[in-house]
Amino acid sequence: MDILVCVTRVPDTAENEIEVSKDGTDIERGALVYSINEADNYAVEEAIQIKERVGGSVTVVTVGTEESEEVLRREMAMGADKGILLTDDAFAGTDGRGIATILKAEVEKGKYDLILTGALADAGAGEVGGMLAAMLDRPYASLVNSIEIVDESTLKVGREVEGGNTEMNRIKLPCVLSIQTGINEPRYVGIRGIRQVASVQIPVHGAGDLGLKAEAIAPRVQRQDYFVPTFGAGAEMLEGSNEEIIEKLVEMLKAKGGLK
Amino acid sequence: MAGQIYVYIAHKGGVIDDTALELIAAAKKIDPAARPIAVVTGSGAELDQVCAEAAKSYSQVVKLASPALAHPNAEVVRKALLAILPKDAVILMPHGYLGMDLSPGLSVKLDSTYVADAIDLEKTADGKLKAVRQEYGGQVSTHVLCRMDDGIVINVRPGAFSPDESRSAGGQVVDKSGELGDLAASREFLELVQAAVGDVDITKSDVLVAVGRGIGDQENLEIAEELAAAVGGVVCCSRPIVDAKWLEKSRQVGTSGQTVKPKVYLACGISGSFQHLGGIKGNPFIVAINKNPKAPIFQVADVGIVADVVEFLPELTERIQEG
Repeated sequence: MDILVCVTRVPDTAENEIEVSKDGTDIERGALVYSINEADNYAVEEAIQIKERVGGSVTVVTVGTEESEEVLRREMAMGADKGILLTDDAFAGTDGRGIATILKAEVEKGKYDLILTGALADAGAGEVGGMLAAMLDRPYASLVNSIEIVDESTLKVGREVEGGNTEMNRIKLPCVLSIQTGINEPRYVGIRGIRQVASVQIPVHGAGDLGLKAEAIAPRVQRQDYFVPTFGAGAEMLEGSNEEIIEKLVEMLKAKGGLK
Repeated sequence: MAGQIYVYIAHKGGVIDDTALELIAAAKKIDPAARPIAVVTGSGAELDQVCAEAAKSYSQVVKLASPALAHPNAEVVRKALLAILPKDAVILMPHGYLGMDLSPGLSVKLDSTYVADAIDLEKTADGKLKAVRQEYGGQVSTHVLCRMDDGIVINVRPGAFSPDESRSAGGQVVDKSGELGDLAASREFLELVQAAVGDVDITKSDVLVAVGRGIGDQENLEIAEELAAAVGGVVCCSRPIVDAKWLEKSRQVGTSGQTVKPKVYLACGISGSFQHLGGIKGNPFIVAINKNPKAPIFQVADVGIVADVVEFLPELTERIQEG
């Protein structure tokens, strides 16, 4: 099975506290640690496991900047056969619809039985996979937490739904799936593995190579600003030494029935 | 001029979802004079029940009945909606497990704009939509701006708007099932598999010690277990702990996990994403312990402590054990 996994490079929220920049037009990017989007990493692992079971190939593709090459190499070190970087000044500032449009153009240059994306990235929209599927007229399932290969043209996929339940679906290939975190245990990538793929050529495609006009990727949804949300009244913050804080907290817990 | 506002009504087992009333409030944020049309898909007596309930709150309810719509399969629902919706429709959809599956593709097929997971909406003076969204797991918010006049699909976060409880529409149900064409799909619903029951039932405990990414290491779960034992509660967790396979899925609190109703909730190293908070009901006394003073959890907690849970919890446990 030939699998394409769409990945993206994002600020790592496990490593960073995201703050709004002074002028409110962006987040503070100075000291951010970037990594592969977490759900995308699960998607690549899933693709590699499918290839290990039934053969085929795994290609990772990203829409980004030159710096995005590092996440492609990381995923190639994990076991992806090939990376493709889609970058162009014209791509900057596009929206989810634009990214899906760019990916569609690349998909049509190849032949993929299965396309995977992560369920969610930094902007939290979870929209690219569903849009790409609709543009390609392929079936789609989101929030996938299990994949079973039934035969050459059919998969059985689990979708995570409310309450930790799983909705089982039969879906025809070729299709697009968005992969939820926790579907597998992504393998470790060591420095050695990354070194081994350091010199592999990564094709770079721009708007011209993909036959994309500026208006096709002009954003329909434009971000105006960033701000820190305020909800509710906010907590009463306990301050002082740990000893003082703990005394106050124990009193409160007793009053609220939190101590027996 | 933006087109007619349509609201997709979510329902399960013949019971209308809370979002049906919330989306009326959302529609009125776009246009105070809006008379949104409800669209309900499904089959059988359950569908009629939901349509009747929706008609109390919507002046017009479009009923789309088919055996193929008995389970809300996004591909089939999309076909049904495309059969009846005009291109310039303003469509409000709950951002739930169906909405996430359905709306991105629906917007492409309508050639409409799509806004995901909106938590607030307003119409600007020049007729555009300005929506509030969250990014980076709720750590920061943004305003997004887009046109509405060529049609738009807006997924609205459940719970973001207060329900419109007036139920004074006295509406009509219009059956447009005859307009549905071929609903054959390449994706087929098979079954719903219930979540496995775990070793501990976190929904039964009055006191929960909830751990998140801030616990740092699997070995540190022990300090949460010790605190739970000292306070007579049990340990639950947020999603990253389950993704890392440190605890079973049955211990996860949140929209994709368990819904809990404790008296006291000790959130330890949990940032407080809306998916996690969505699983905490019954207004418990929430204590948040997190080393990031800007963590969203501090906005919803009753009491906050800025500390590294790995250092703080053992001290708290020791003090409690002293009695």
